[in-house]
Amino acid sequence: MKQKVVIVGAGLMGSGIALDLASHGFSVILKDISATALVESQNNIKILFRTVKLIKRNYTVSHIDEILERIEFTCEFRELTDVDLVIENITEDWDMKKDLYAELNKIFPEDTVIASNTSCISITRLSSLVANPGRIIGSHFMNPVPLKSMVEIIKGFHTSISTMDKIIDLLKTIQKAPVIVNDYPGFVANRLSHLFMNEAAFLIQDGVANPIEIDTIFKKGYGHAMGPLETADLIGLDTVVNSLGILYKEYQDTKFRCCPLLKKMVAAGLLGKKSGEGFYKY
Amino acid sequence: MQEIENKIREFIQENLLVFEVETEIKNTDNIFEMGLVNSLFAMKLLTYIEREFCFIIDNDDLDLKNFNCIENICKLIKSRIEALQL
Repeated sequence: MKQKVVIVGAGLMGSGIALDLASHGFSVILKDISATALVESQNNIKILFRTVKLIKRNYTVSHIDEILERIEFTCEFRELTDVDLVIENITEDWDMKKDLYAELNKIFPEDTVIASNTSCISITRLSSLVANPGRIIGSHFMNPVPLKSMVEIIKGFHTSISTMDKIIDLLKTIQKAPVIVNDYPGFVANRLSHLFMNEAAFLIQDGVANPIEIDTIFKKGYGHAMGPLETADLIGLDTVVNSLGILYKEYQDTKFRCCPLLKKMVAAGLLGKKSGEGFYKY
Repeated sequence: MQEIENKIREFIQENLLVFEVETEIKNTDNIFEMGLVNSLFAMKLLTYIEREFCFIIDNDDLDLKNFNCIENICKLIKSRIEALQL
C-alpha cells in the first residue's frame, strides 16, 4: 500500500509536491491556514497537471480527477497517526515556522519524519523546535516540482539515518534523485545562485556590461538554461535581497553583501517579472 | 490563419526567455529545443490559447509536438475552431 503524506502550505511548491506524490499513487493531505489558498491550489494543480502532461513523455495515465481524489484539501489538522511523512512548505519566516513546528510536534507521533522544503532556513535550528530532532530533514524541491528530477536534501546536525533513508526511499518512488548536502545557511543551491545574481547586479552597477550581455555569456558560454539576471527577475528582486540579507547575517561574510543597485531597484518598485520590470521589461 | 499566427507569434515574443534583439522565430522553429521558452511558458501558453480562442484543449492533444513551433500551434487552433463551427 502506498504511503500517506501530509503537506503543510498549499502555495506553489506545496501544490506541485502534492500533484507529484498523488500522481504516483500516494494519499496526500494538503493543509493550509487559508481556505482561499486551498481553492487556488486546486486550480494550480489542474493547470500544472496539463503542463506536465504536455511536456513529460510517459507521464501518468491517470486522469486528473482520479489524482485529485487522492488529495484531501483541509484547513485543519486532524488526529493523524498513520502518516508516514510531513512536508512543510510555509513562508520562509522564522516566527511562522516556530509556531508551526511546535504544533507539528504535538500532533504527530515522535517517529513521523518532518521534511522542511526550505531554501535557506537552518534545518538544525528547526530541529531544536521538536522533541525528537532526529526526524527533521531539509528537502529543497525545485519548481515546477513534477518536471524537476533533483531534490537537494539537507542533513541537519541531528538528522537520523532512518530519517534519511525514509526520505530517500520516497524520492526514489517518485523518480527524483536526491543530492545530500550538509546544513549551512543557503545550503548549496541558494548559496551559489545568490552569489551569481548579486555579482551580476554589481556588473551592471559598475557599467561592465548590460543584462543581455551578462545573461548571454552565462547561457551560451557556460551552457546554463537561464542567466543570473533573468533568474533574479523571475524569483523577484525583493526575494533575492531578502535571501542575501539572511546569508550575510548568518555568515557575517562580506561576500554576501547585497549589491546597492539591487536594493535601489527594490525601493523603486522594480521587482522583476511580477512588477513588470526588473533588469528587463516585461 | 494569419491572424492566429500573428497572435501566437506576439505571445511567444512577449514571453521569450532570451532577450537578444536579433531573435527572429521562424514558423517551423522548435521553440522548446532552441531554449527560447521553458516549462513555465508552456503553462501560460495553454491558458492563453484557451482564453483567446475560446476552446478547451483536450487531454489527447496535450502533446509537445502540437505546441513546439508556431506552425503546429496554429494548425491545432485552426482544427479546433473548424471542429467547433461544424
